[in-house]
Amino acid sequence: MAVSEVSFDVSEGEVFGLIGPNGAGKTTTMECVEGVRRPDEGEISILGLDPFRDVFQVQNLIGVQLQQAQLQKRIKVWEAVDLWASFYPKPMDGNRLLEQLGLADKRNSLFMTLSGGQKQRLFIALALINDPEVVFLDELTTGLDPQSRRAIWDLVRGIRDRGKTVVLTTHLMEEAERLCDRVAIVERGKIIDIGSPEELVRRHCPTRTVVLATEDALAEERLRAIPQMETLTHQGSEFTIQGRGDDFVTEVIQCLSENRIRITDFRTVLPNLEDVFLKLTGHSIRD
Amino acid sequence: MLRGLWKLTWLEIKIFLREPLGAFGSIIFPVLVFVVLGRFAGGRITPGSISGAGFVRVELPVLVSVLIALSGVLSLVTIISIYREGGILKRLRATPLRPQTILTAHVLVKLALTALTMALTVLAGKRYFPIHAGFPIFGFTMALLISTWSILSIGFLIASIVPTARFAQPIGAAILYPMLGLCGLFVPVQLLPPALQVVARVLPLTYAVSLLSGILKGDAWSAHMGDLAALVVVFAVCTALSAKVFRWE
Repeated sequence: MAVSEVSFDVSEGEVFGLIGPNGAGKTTTMECVEGVRRPDEGEISILGLDPFRDVFQVQNLIGVQLQQAQLQKRIKVWEAVDLWASFYPKPMDGNRLLEQLGLADKRNSLFMTLSGGQKQRLFIALALINDPEVVFLDELTTGLDPQSRRAIWDLVRGIRDRGKTVVLTTHLMEEAERLCDRVAIVERGKIIDIGSPEELVRRHCPTRTVVLATEDALAEERLRAIPQMETLTHQGSEFTIQGRGDDFVTEVIQCLSENRIRITDFRTVLPNLEDVFLKLTGHSIRD
Repeated sequence: MLRGLWKLTWLEIKIFLREPLGAFGSIIFPVLVFVVLGRFAGGRITPGSISGAGFVRVELPVLVSVLIALSGVLSLVTIISIYREGGILKRLRATPLRPQTILTAHVLVKLALTALTMALTVLAGKRYFPIHAGFPIFGFTMALLISTWSILSIGFLIASIVPTARFAQPIGAAILYPMLGLCGLFVPVQLLPPALQVVARVLPLTYAVSLLSGILKGDAWSAHMGDLAALVVVFAVCTALSAKVFRWE
């Protein structure tokens, strides 16, 4: 069974992410909501409709970008957009859509000649052609180079700014942090926790880390005196100090200035979703 | 939704013709077979002849028609399996487009290409088989389209069960081409060993050949109601079966 305990609500106008490693059940969950797959049990409601019983009604209102989908090798870009437009009662202007997605000069290119990023942009165009209320994007930047990835992120923000609801899956924590208002962490077919990325980080990784370099011989002793300090390690002149609470960084800075400790380097390391995932599952998302 | 059907049908025709081997394999090749065989046996075989003598007992128009139909079916099997493997079917399924619409579009494409090939063959073969007043061109085309439509449903069944696109062509050919030997084209069904006669009786191609050669001879349609019924039954059974076992991904 790919998915067993999954329960979440997505509100209008937000970008919601299902995050987790490959095989966690993100795509299965999404396909059940899209009406492409029938769940064995459970309840799903999207825009007040049942995705399986009212599948055709639902598909008029949603836009879908599937993981690893392809089109006919020799279909031209404009033909695909034109074909998709003919499926819906009130399609958007295909040419304008291609322009917005930076594909205007690729109108007459065959699908098989497009680069990975161009294909993905075409799939986004097809997902948007019916001016959907909810857009589903499954692993939309997997396999793309960093530059195309950033361009696609901008497009997704653009979709949200137009008031659409976006549900996406990703195994890239950076993508989730940059795009999602809220995320659900999925592991082995279960949702472990849901919240905004900041919330999740605060809840599960309250530890702040400060890295600083100093030659001051008294530094270690003074730093250990900070009440919230939990661990301190050093390698030569570089100290790594961890402590709990939002004020920890301020405390460290105060300690440094009160004791007139000269430092040559100072940086903070903020925990991110990657750390949250590690903490919650005991393994890294890439494993 | 009709708009989607026509768009998809037209688009699939265009895409098919862009395929380097597509147009050659299913349009030019049967025409060439017809012309070459016609030149070779031109003097000896005339439409409507059922000569037991000679090196073949084949009625050339029937043979070529059956080849056209089979190549259409094979190409359908291949296309459907490639579409499934590539996730194209799945992507189309996530639109309001009905599954039946997708399949209908592909059947229409194959029927259109069959009719086109047929027309080209008739034109190319003019020198060997001048279309005389008695040639039932309309009836024959109808018979071919009905036969193709029925055999296409076998194609769907095969397309529903082949595991990957790589196997589609060989498995399809292995199922379809042996039918050629038993369908009464080369050896009359009555002359086959009894066991093979039974096999021949359940092969849809047998009825297609019977219908095609009958219409070619100038039989009335009413004389071939049995063949028509058999072809419709094949279509109904295969369509129902493939609807049960069809996988979109």
